[in-house]
Parts: sequence; structure tokens; C-alpha cells
Amino acid sequence: MTVPALQLERVEKRFGATPVIRGISLEIAAGERHAIIGPNGAGKSTLFNLVSGALSPTRGSIRLDGTEIAGAPPYRINRLGLSRSFQVTNIFPRLSVFENIRCSVLWSLGYGYSFWRDTEKLRDAREHAERALERIGMTARRNTPAGVLTYAEQRALEIGITIAGDPRVILLDEPTAGMSRGEAEHAVALIRAVTDGRTLVMVEHDMSVVYGLADRISVLVYGEVIATDVPARIHDNAAVQAAYLGSADA
Amino acid sequence: MLELATVSLLNGVVYGLLLFMLTSGLTLIFSMMGVLNFAHASVFMLGAYFSFQFGRWVGFWPALVIAPLLCGAIGAAIERYGLRRVHPRGHVAEILFTFGLAYVIEELVTMIWGRNAVANAVPTAIDFPLLRVFGSTFPAYKALMMAISVTMFAFLYVALKKTRIGLVIQASLTHPQMVSALGHDVPGVFVLVFAIGSALAGLAGVIGGFTLLTQPTLAHAVGSIVFVVVVVGGLGSLSGALIASLLIGILQTFAVAIDYSLLDLARSLGVSITRASPFYELASIKLATAAPIVPYLLLVVMLAVRPRGLLGTRDV
Amino acid sequence: MSESAVAARAPPAAGAVSGRTPGAWLWLGAAGVLLVLPHVPGLDSDYGRSLLTQMGIAAVFALSFNILFGQTGLLSFGHAVYFGLGAYAAIHLMRAINHGLPVPIVLVPLAGAAGGLLSGMLFGSVTTKKAGTIFALITLGVGELVYAATFMLPGIFGGEEGLTASRTRAPPLFGLAFASQLEVYYATALWSLAAAMLIHAFMRTPVGRICNAVRDNPERAEFVGYNTRRVRFIAFAAAGLFAGLAGGLSAINYEIVAADAVSAQRSGTVLIMAYIGGAAHFVGPVLGAITITWLQSSLSGYTSAWLLYLGLFFIVVNLYAPSGLAGLLLMHGRVARTRAFGALVGAYAVALVPAAVMAAGAIALIEMSYRVATQPELGTKMRLLWTAVDAASAWSWTIAGLALVAGFAAFRATWPLVAGAWERANAEAAGQ
Repeated sequence: MTVPALQLERVEKRFGATPVIRGISLEIAAGERHAIIGPNGAGKSTLFNLVSGALSPTRGSIRLDGTEIAGAPPYRINRLGLSRSFQVTNIFPRLSVFENIRCSVLWSLGYGYSFWRDTEKLRDAREHAERALERIGMTARRNTPAGVLTYAEQRALEIGITIAGDPRVILLDEPTAGMSRGEAEHAVALIRAVTDGRTLVMVEHDMSVVYGLADRISVLVYGEVIATDVPARIHDNAAVQAAYLGSADA
Repeated sequence: MLELATVSLLNGVVYGLLLFMLTSGLTLIFSMMGVLNFAHASVFMLGAYFSFQFGRWVGFWPALVIAPLLCGAIGAAIERYGLRRVHPRGHVAEILFTFGLAYVIEELVTMIWGRNAVANAVPTAIDFPLLRVFGSTFPAYKALMMAISVTMFAFLYVALKKTRIGLVIQASLTHPQMVSALGHDVPGVFVLVFAIGSALAGLAGVIGGFTLLTQPTLAHAVGSIVFVVVVVGGLGSLSGALIASLLIGILQTFAVAIDYSLLDLARSLGVSITRASPFYELASIKLATAAPIVPYLLLVVMLAVRPRGLLGTRDV
Repeated sequence: MSESAVAARAPPAAGAVSGRTPGAWLWLGAAGVLLVLPHVPGLDSDYGRSLLTQMGIAAVFALSFNILFGQTGLLSFGHAVYFGLGAYAAIHLMRAINHGLPVPIVLVPLAGAAGGLLSGMLFGSVTTKKAGTIFALITLGVGELVYAATFMLPGIFGGEEGLTASRTRAPPLFGLAFASQLEVYYATALWSLAAAMLIHAFMRTPVGRICNAVRDNPERAEFVGYNTRRVRFIAFAAAGLFAGLAGGLSAINYEIVAADAVSAQRSGTVLIMAYIGGAAHFVGPVLGAITITWLQSSLSGYTSAWLLYLGLFFIVVNLYAPSGLAGLLLMHGRVARTRAFGALVGAYAVALVPAAVMAAGAIALIEMSYRVATQPELGTKMRLLWTAVDAASAWSWTIAGLALVAGFAAFRATWPLVAGAWERANAEAAGQ
């Protein structure tokens, strides 16, 4: 039996007396594309924060490829092969687009805290970064300071930073938020391409994006997963319809 | 021994409350605006000088009112004409602005009153013994200081936690546009907060001015300890500032009174450290001589053990 | 505003801090300039060479400060600790050399660097626990701690008078005995250039690039695999090393180290130098160090208000030119070739007149006040800006006050003119 890429077991999170995640158990297989949907306030971002190390769970276990990561700091989880993007664009504004990407591959290529090598001369870092730049379609803007990019460009860079280090598990937090239909379609194609062969967990509100990409969907309501299934069955699931999809389908 | 301990404790509390008076305005400004005002101790110093000057011209009691008001006005001007420009550029730019201001105020004070300490003596009106404690006298002005300090704490506690304007201000710290859209005059509120914080510093300066030496280096001498209080107490916590101020006040006052060194301690335990030992010099320092670094040692220990501070609420 | 205009105004992408990586030629050029400088007329005296030496020391110190501030986003109010502890280490080595230790004086700055590195690592383990405002306060506290401690351990720190040593009582190296200021200058220039090259190289290493990332967005840096606390620690240690090196150079130059080497005032001065010079650019701190050292040396003899002018200068830069001298130079460089540049210079000329009047009034008021308050024994008659002035006369004060107010009002009126000229110049540069 292969080890699931990501395994959550009875994960809980309380802020003071307020429970936000009320016990989530979930298994995501390697190579699977998994979407997490749910109404606002369900705890989707909190869940991402728990998995990526921004928060520690109050209880429960989170395993990445079998290794326990609950409560580990973000950098350790990233080094184990998990990378996440942010809903509010979280880039390095004063660095160029190229530098943004290059900084995100340095650790995965083993350069660590090296203070004796010239980064410009690191061919593998440059090639990795340029490859990632091409995949997100930003090669033309490589020398632009990230802070002056347009919103859509910054979202693309956001994804670029997330995937550049060749992570095995990718978490994307509302990757198409704020995009027009055309931009979202473009983003979906990009996401499909860059997550090929990797495990993807995605929080999304745009149902067409979800149906287009996901192998399975989990529905999160009030900190609990009320259903996990393939898209077709989720669509028909009565409980899900009542809690979330209702009559207003995206 | 009991006499020494009681007198030291009393003096320590008085000194600690003086520190709190000074730190309270800083905590107010920081909690509400996120600005660490480097020039706060400078306004304190201005309060001391104003009280001296106006005390000379119109007497102590009017000066007690005029000095804080003037300092409040100066604080309002600093925010309105200086800091307001800098807010959009972030906290580092704000700190640097107030740092430059502290520099300039120290020089302006030198320019007007000279480099030497001015004769800012305790006004005779409040310089009478209030109590006798074990043979030493406890003067009235120290009681006045304690009273003012405790009142400040109560005032600020209520202002921050219980009033509507306190809530509005705290909201505008993180969501200024939203608060503004709701109809509140956010820039105006900032000016008010800065003015009040500075007035408190000025008031503390009036008292501090005749307890400590009123000279251009006063701001720097006191300013660094104030920042220690803020870090030890926890950024943004008023109660933390009070506890930390008292702690530092008492520790430092006791330290000054203790004329023993590690050498003496070792000797009493039967261990002798000779001159040849590399630690001799360190061990022979009497605690009384080391008193100035007590607050900073406390800072380092606090940071090593509990970086958030005693009651810290915000993480910066 | 068009995107290209925004891009024109945006700081250059920090590919290697300043956007362009100075090649080996630039360094060679710098070496050449340093070689020639002490023979340039005006600088070819002991005074001139001493000034150049001080500039070199200040430049290294300011560059080390900027490893923390401009590169990693850490604002330190106590950086002099590492300069001073390095200086103390160096002076102890010099004293040992004076007593016969066979080490050439040229190597003494290494002791400074070691002292700076070790103390940087020691205190850095505590100070880098947090970033931002708390970090700034911690550095302030550590600075005060060390300063107070120097008075309590006279065996190590020499008490109030400090420690002295001689740079000439040492084994000569290739005939260099450091008896002349020229020799001291060349040793300082050599070390300063080496330090600058090393610091520049450091910023190009992987950890150096991550320092920039941590500055821009420490949260995201964690999520791409870096422990930001360790990155801050490394930056702190590196900054300490080079500050200590500067301290070592200072020990050689002055042959004395006292508590002022770790003082809050020295920490403040290096901050001001780096900031005024421009923290966002590699050469910024060097520019700042050179400018402030020169101003200090030339002005502090004439006026007791020197620190006030420095503080005001700092505030003006903070409010109106936050990218510092380097930023200003770059800004002007971008529009220098446009046709609108001539109009800009013209606008400057117009604004300069009321500005000068305002400055004259301010200077008069300041100088007169300082004379009356701090040096009454010199009397009230003084020479200001080539005019005889009497601080006791109400007339002097009135004229000075009027000059200040009227000058400021007129100066203010010229601001839209200058702003307009800049708009046109920027638009033209962006369009090109």
C-alpha cells in the first residue's frame, strides 16, 4: 500500500476557546489533484496554514509522505517537499521576477546558507529559474521588480515561486482569486501543466476551475469535512448542496 | 537591614512609577498607532525644561499645567507636520524620523539652555516631609509623583480598553481606510493620540525634571531604560509596562544599595578567587557599581527566555 | 500614471543590489583612484590623508551597517558595539606587538575582524531572535549594556582613558613602519577596498540573496525553505565581522581606543551615514560615510551646532529624499540626457535663491543661540557667513528671523516649479 502524499488524522485547531478546525481526517494520494471547497469562514485557509506550518494544530497528526509534520516550522515542511502559494500575493517586491524565482530554488538545489559561491555562476539555479519563468510565461518580464507587476502577473509569479523548487506536494490557495474568466482559464491551463505528476491541493471558490482540475473534492463546512468524493458525486450530494452549492451554482 | 530594605523598596517603587509615567505615553502611542516614538523621552526632557523655565517665570503650579500642554501641542505638531508624511512608508521610516527628531531636540535644548544641567530644584511648595520611615523622611513631592503616576495608569487603562474612541483607534491601526469610510477622522485621531501621549510625557518630565538632572543628555539617559521597560513588559501592554517599570525600579534601587560583589559571595561560600584568576576583575565588581546595567541585563535575560515580554500582546 | 512611468520611478531591480554588477574594471578603477588620491593637491597633506583615512574607516563601518539594514531589513541602534569590541581586540594585539609579539601591524585589522565576528555571534544569538521593532530595541539595550560594562572592567577596557598602543613599535614589513600618515592611509585604503569587495561578494552569495528576500518578505522566505532567524544571525555575524575590521583600522589610525568606540553616539552616526548615503544601493553607505566625514571635519571646527545640522539634514533626507544621496544621484542620472534636464536645472537655480536666504537666516539664529547658551565667555560678537554679527543686538535676531520666514515662504512657492520640471523630465526619460 503506497504511502499517501498527505495524510491528516483528526486534526483540530482552536484559537483560545474558539474551535476553527473540528477534527479533519483526510488522505490525499500521490499525484492526485484535490480541491477543497466550502463557504467563507469554513476554515480552508486555516487548514492550509496548519499543513504548511504557519500554524500548529491543537490536536491531531499531519503526515507528508509518511513523515509527521504537525507543528513543524514552515521551512522544515518546505524542505520535505511541500510548497504553498498564498491567497494574498506574497512575493519579494524589491527583487526582480527572475530573482524571486531563483531565491525559491536555492534551498532545494542544496545551496543552503552558502556564503562562498557566486549565485550568478550557479548554472543549475539559473536554468531551474528560467524553466519556471517560461512555464509561467514571465520570461519577458524577468528583470522587472516584482512590486510593479500587474495583479495577474503577480499571481502568476506567486505560482512560479511555489513550483520553482520542484516540490512534490503543492498547495494553491485560491489561485484564480480576482481573475477574469479569460485569466482564470489561462491560470487553469498553467496549473494543470505545472502540477503534472505532482500532488495538488487547491482551495477554490470558482467551481468551473474546480471541476476542470480536480480528481477529488473535499467540502469543508464549519471546520469539518462533510464530504470527499469525485466531482460528479459531490455535485449531486444532497448535504453539500444544502450547505454550500445550494441553488446558486458558479 | 529592614530599614535599608524598606527605604530601598519605597524608593524603588517611586523610581519605578516615574519610569511608568514616562513609558505610559509611549505605550499609548505604540498600542494605538504602531509607532515606536524615539522622541518620546525627548518630549519628557522638554517637559522638564519647560517646567524649569515657566517655574522661573510664573511659579511651579502654573508650570505644572503649562508644560504638559505645551508638550501636547508639540506632539500634535510632530504628528501633523512630520509623521503624517512618513506613515505610508512603514514602521522603519517612522522610527527613523523620530530618531532624527530626538537628535535634533537634544541639540535644540542645548542651543537654548546650554550644555550644563539647569538648576531645576524641587519646588519648595512640595518639598516638605510627608512621612517618617525608619528615620528617613519621605518627601511630599514623591507622594505627588506616585499619585500622578497611578492616576495616569487608571486614565490610560480606561481610555484604551473601555472607551469607544479607544476601540476606534485600535481599529484604525489595522484598517485605516475602513474606519475612515465609516466616518471617523483617522488622521485627526492620530494627532489626538500623539498629543495625549506627548502631554503625558511632558507631565512626567515636570516631575522627573527635579528628581533627575535636567540636562541635554536626560533624554538619552532615560530613553534607553524606557525601551527596556517596553520590551520587558511586552510591546503594547500597559499593565506589562507598569510591572516592568516597578521591577526595574526596585531592582536597580536595591542594586545601588548593595555593596557586595560576586567575590564577596564566593568568599562567604568558602570559595576564593585570587587575583591571578581571569574572572577576578569581573567578580570584584560591586553590585552598586554594576547598577547601571541591571535594566539591560534584565532585557537580555527576558529576550533569551521569553521574547514576547511579560504580558506582550503584539508580535512585531 | 503609465506603467512605464511607474517603472522608471521604481527602484532598480536588486539583481545584485544596485541592479548592475560592477565588473572587475570598476574595482580596478576604484583601486586606481585610491592609489592616486593622497597625492591630489589639497589632499596631499597630513590633514588631507588623515581625512581620507577616516573616510575609509567610516566607509567600511557604514557598509557593514548596511549588511543589516539595507540588505536584510534589520535596523540596529547599537552597531558600534562590534566596531568598538573589534577596536579593543585590535589595540590589545597592538600592545602585544609593542611588547615583542612578531606580528606585522598590517595584520592587526584581522584581530578587529575576529573581535567583531565573535561578539557579533555572541550577541547575535540573542538579538536576532526577533526582527523589526523589537530587534531595534534589543540592539539599543545591548549597546547600552556593553557601553556601561566598559567602565566596569578597566583591565580589559582601560577605564575612562581607554587603551593606547603604538603602531610604530613593531616589526617593519617591507620597510613599512607606519610612521607617516601616508602609510597609514595606504594600509587603510587596502583593507577598505578588500572589505568593500568582500561585502559586495557576500551579497552575491546564496545567503546574501536570501538576506534580500528576508528583507522583502520574511514570511515568504520561510515558505521557500529558509529559517529566517538563521539568515538574520548570519547577516548579523557578517556585519559584526566587518564592523570589527573597521574598528581595527581605527585602532591603528588613532592608536587609542576608549569607551566612545561602543557608544550610542557612534551607533547613531553610522546609521545616519548609511541612511543619508542611501541604504538601497551598495555605494550608498560609502557616499554617506565620505560626505558626513568630510562635513564633520570641515564644519565642526567652525560651529558648535554641527550635530544640529546633521540631525536636520537627516530629517530632511528622511522626509523628502528617503533613497538618500545615491538615490538622488540615480534619479538625476536617469534624466540627465533628456532635453528637459536643462529646465530642471533652471528650476533648481530659481529655488536656490530663497532657499539660501532661508538657510542663512536659520544658521544665524542657530549660531547666535549656541554662542549665547554654550559659550558666553566668548562674548556676543561673532563672524557669521562672512558678516560681523552681534548676538546681543535685537536687530541681528530680527533680521535673521525675517530671513528665515520670508526665505521659507518664497522657497515653498518654488516647489511646484521644481515638481513640474521633474514630471516633464521623468516623462521624457520614460518615453525614451
